[in-house]
Parts: sequence; C-alpha cells; structure tokens
Amino acid sequence: MILFDNLSQFLFSGLTTGSIYGLIAIGFGVVHNASGIMNLLQCEFITLGGMITVTFYSFIGIPLAISIPLAIITVTLIGALFERSAIRTARSQQILVLIFITIGASISVKGLALIMWGSDPFVLPPFSGNEPIHILKATIVPQNLWIFAITMFVVIALYFFFKKSVMGKAMRAVSCNQRAAALAGISVNRMILLSFAMSGALGAVAGIIIAPITTTSYDVGFMLGLKGFSAAVLGGYGSMPGAILGGLLLGVIESLATGLISSAYKNAIAFIILLLVLFIRPSGLLGSPEAERI
Amino acid sequence: MGFSKLKKHHHLLYLMVLVLVLAILPFFMETSYYLLVLNVIGLNTMVVVGLNLLVGYAGQISMGHAAFYGMGAYVSAVLTTNMDLCPWSFSWFPEWFLPWLIILLAMVLTGAVAYLIGIPTLKLKGHYLVMATLGLNIIFEIILVEWDSVTGGANGMAGIPHLTVGGLRFDSDLKFYFLIWGLTLVALLASLSLVDSRVGRALRAIHGSEVAANTLGIDTHRYKVKVFVLSAMFASLAGSLYAHYITVITPKSCDIVYSIQVVIMVIVGGLGSVWGALFGAVMLTLLSEVLHIMEKFNVVAMGLILMVVMIFFPEGFIPGILNLIRKRKGPDLFLNEVLESHPWK
Repeated sequence: MILFDNLSQFLFSGLTTGSIYGLIAIGFGVVHNASGIMNLLQCEFITLGGMITVTFYSFIGIPLAISIPLAIITVTLIGALFERSAIRTARSQQILVLIFITIGASISVKGLALIMWGSDPFVLPPFSGNEPIHILKATIVPQNLWIFAITMFVVIALYFFFKKSVMGKAMRAVSCNQRAAALAGISVNRMILLSFAMSGALGAVAGIIIAPITTTSYDVGFMLGLKGFSAAVLGGYGSMPGAILGGLLLGVIESLATGLISSAYKNAIAFIILLLVLFIRPSGLLGSPEAERI
Repeated sequence: MGFSKLKKHHHLLYLMVLVLVLAILPFFMETSYYLLVLNVIGLNTMVVVGLNLLVGYAGQISMGHAAFYGMGAYVSAVLTTNMDLCPWSFSWFPEWFLPWLIILLAMVLTGAVAYLIGIPTLKLKGHYLVMATLGLNIIFEIILVEWDSVTGGANGMAGIPHLTVGGLRFDSDLKFYFLIWGLTLVALLASLSLVDSRVGRALRAIHGSEVAANTLGIDTHRYKVKVFVLSAMFASLAGSLYAHYITVITPKSCDIVYSIQVVIMVIVGGLGSVWGALFGAVMLTLLSEVLHIMEKFNVVAMGLILMVVMIFFPEGFIPGILNLIRKRKGPDLFLNEVLESHPWK
C-alpha cells in the first residue's frame, strides 16, 4: 500500500508543522483574549526567536542549550517592551488603530531583520542528532519528536497556568470583562503586558523548534505567522483547545493537499481555509458565536 | 454635484490650483527621473483616492488592494501581448483602440471579481476583515507566481506595448505624465462629487455607526460592496496604466507590501478626505523615493511612519496636525477660520 505509506508520512509531517501553527495560534489567542487586539508582530516573534538563537549559537558561540532560553527571554522582553511603548501609549484604543500599530511594528522589525542578518537562510542543529526513526512506515527525524514534546509541554503548562495560578485566573477574568476585572483589583494593563510577553515567548519557541527542520531567515515568520492566525480562526479565535486543534488540522490538511494534489499552491491552502471559515462559520470549530454589542 | 457645491467647499479653488501646478511642473523637471516619480505619484494617487472612499469614508479596511491593481496590470499585459487571445479581432475599428478597450475590460472584470469577493468579505469586521483581504492578496500573489504559462511566473511579463491614440504614441515620460494625471484628475473629481452626494453621506453614516445607519434605512452592506467595487476599479485602472507605462510587470509590483503602502498613504493623508489622500500619496511616494537610496531602510521607515502616525495621530496625520495647530492658537484667529473651512476638517 504505497498510498498508506505516504499517508502516514504526510500525517506526521502535517502534525509537526501543525504543532507549530498551534503554538503560534495560542500566541494570537492570548493577546486577543487580554486586549482584543490582533497582534501581527507575532509573525516577527517567530523570526526573532530563530534568528536570535542563531546569533547566540553560531555567531557568538554560546551552547545551544543556553542560546535557546536566552533567545526566548529576549523575544519575551521585546514583546513586553512593544506593549509598554507602542500599544499603551497609543492615543486611540480603537482596535483597527491598534492593529495598524502592530502591522507597522511588524514591517519595521522585518526590515531591521533583513538589514541585520541579510536574506540568506540559516540553519540550527537539531536538538538531538539526525538519526531517522521509523514509525508506522513513516520516517521521521528526532526533531519532529522534540516539536511534539515541546508543544505538548507548553500546552500543559499553559493549561495549569490558566486554571490554577492566580495570575492565570486574573488573565481569564480580564478576557471575560475588563471593567469587572479592574473593579476586582486586577491590573488590566499588567495583564495585557503579560499577554504580549507570553505571545513573544510562544512565537520564539515556535520559531526555534522549527528552525532545524526548515531553516530560518528574516522573513520566515510572515507566512508561519499568518498561517498560525488561520489556524486560530479555524479552531475558534481566542479558544485555547481550538488553537491547538486548528493548528494540527491545518497542518494535516496542508500536508495532505500538498502530497496528494499539488505542491504548487501549498501556501495558498491555509488562506483558502481561512476565507472559507470566515465566510461560513466565523466563530470557528470550537468558538462560540459572538453576539454583537450595540 | 453642481458647481455650487464644489465652490462651497473650496474644492474648485483647490482643483484649479492643482491643475495649474500640474501644468507648470513638467517645465521644471530637468531629468526624466523626476517625471517618472511624478507619474508614480499620479498612479498611487489614483489607487489611494479610491481606497480612501472605502477606508476613510465607509470605514472599511482593505489590505488587498494591490491584488486589484495587479489584476488590472495583468489583464492588460496578458491580453495585449497575446493579441491572438482576443476574442474580437474585428477589423472595423483601429488597432490602437484595442488596448484601451482592454483597460476598460480589465476594470469591468476587476469590478466583477471585487463584487463577488466583496459580498461575503464585507460582512466581516475589524481584524477579520483585515486578515480576509490580506489572505486574498496572498492567494492572488501565489496564483500569479504559479500560473506561469499565462502570467510568466515570478519573472513576470515584459514587452507590454505602449498605448497609442491614432498617431500619438504614449512612449515618453512626458506624454504619460499628461495621460496619467489627466485620468487622476478625473478620479479626483469623481471622488469629490461622490463624497458630496447622497452616497457619500450614506458612507459617512456607515463609518459613524453601522447600526445607526441601518436603522435609518441605509442598506449598509450594499453600499459597502459598491464602494469596494468602485475602489477596486480605480486600482485596476492604475494597474493597467502602470503596465503600459513601465512595460514590465512582476508579481512584486502588486504584492502585499504595495497593499500596505497604499493603506499607509490613506492613513497619513487623513482618513476621509479626498485632498488628504492626494497629499498622502505625494508625501509617501516622495519619501519612498528619497529613502530608496538607503534601499533596505525604506521598509523600516514605512513601518515606523505607520506606527508613529497611528500612535499619536489616530485620526490621520494631516487632520492630527491641523487639530494640534487649532488647539495652540486662540479660538478667534484668522487661521482658525481658514481651518474651519478647510476640506480636511
């Protein structure tokens, strides 16, 4: 059964990229829940994660195990800094205005990345060897397993953070109702700051763990980020399980369509799905339909 | 719109000044490079004036207008370079007429596509609308690159013929200058008359509050789609002219970056002002040319401008500056009166 062999191969590679989409989708969702903003700088967090790791590891010569956390911390701080400087000082809190600020930031950062690192792709070494592993007639590299494991770890950690910790509960309160949360003594601004920092960390993680498989370059975040957004919408924008489900589903659909139909339009698939979801069911698979407030 | 309305808002005066400036400018252009920049400004203005109707007046966002620009450019390019593809090889009208007809056809085609896309898309709001139009632009780009048997793929198309009218060939920068700016003036005039009409008031009502507009009996969705189609057709015309002017097009000339650029022009010029749109197109195109020397910094500067303008002047750069001046000066100064009667207000 050649088809089946390939099918499991497509499934594995789909789930790998799907995990990445899922992480990015969570990043979009966290910021959206806290502030209602679609943060397009998320795309650049992915790029920065990969490229800063490359800088620490290849250019400066810091071991990979230290470079990675350093890069994640750096991008987290960049996310927080962006919220503190640009978003909070904005004179209008209209959503569209804020989205444009994130678009402007995204363009600038991408341009700066091009100036700093050039347009050549860089490669990170896989976290543990390159011996292929055979599972279910599919061949995968250890990095795939790293991606699954790290994604799962992040999702579980986030689950406990939002369900158990005081700060996570505060963030959820803010996403339910900002004013009520403020009345209960929660600092809404700090929660929004935290959400941008978290999306920075999530984007960086996604950008770093995919880098050994696909290489990284100054513009890698653009497509990944927008596809992550598509995944978020597919699963239900703002829903955490939806983000993961949407990510995995999008990854698998993309991989199957590429393998079985044609690879020419690979990058278009995510956006066609995005449009279909928006036109037919804007609330996504797991989201609840939004009632319009007048 | 009658002349009286034009007069009332000083539009007539501004138009006359603009025409005068445009008529004199070519005499001061020493090299054809300056004319080229002026022509690019004209083309951008055409797109921005149309987009401004959608963004500034109706309050809807499109991050995909480069796709309509590209549609115009590619329809013109593909059909004029493959004349045998044309279904009408009638001999009873002169051959030079055909490219003009194709430009019109491209506009109609783009309008039809915009109509079909607009119906579901313009039901979306906020970030969904941003992402849907962005997604459409990306899909369009991918089609351009992958459908290389027709579009020439990533290399694009070359050898697009110059436009001609009878014996007159639009093959120099100067000749194109008059063509482009002539049509841009028409677009400006059409736009001015539209915003002062019943439709324009309906659009502003939608911008103010869609729900309120609806309760007043305005079919908001229909108006939004209409203005979307109109702005797409403006962009298509500009795209077609660009293709015939530069004679080479690539998918890069209508990628997402251009979409964002024209949106920045609308925002810098001030949302909801026809003259502001012109101003935004002039400023940003000039800036982009100046920054071109520092090639890579161009994009960084564009992003920073968008950021800074949105942070400090969310109502648009020009209206924001005017508001600042108004606040500084006392209430009874002459300047204030000028500002009050200003169309940017």
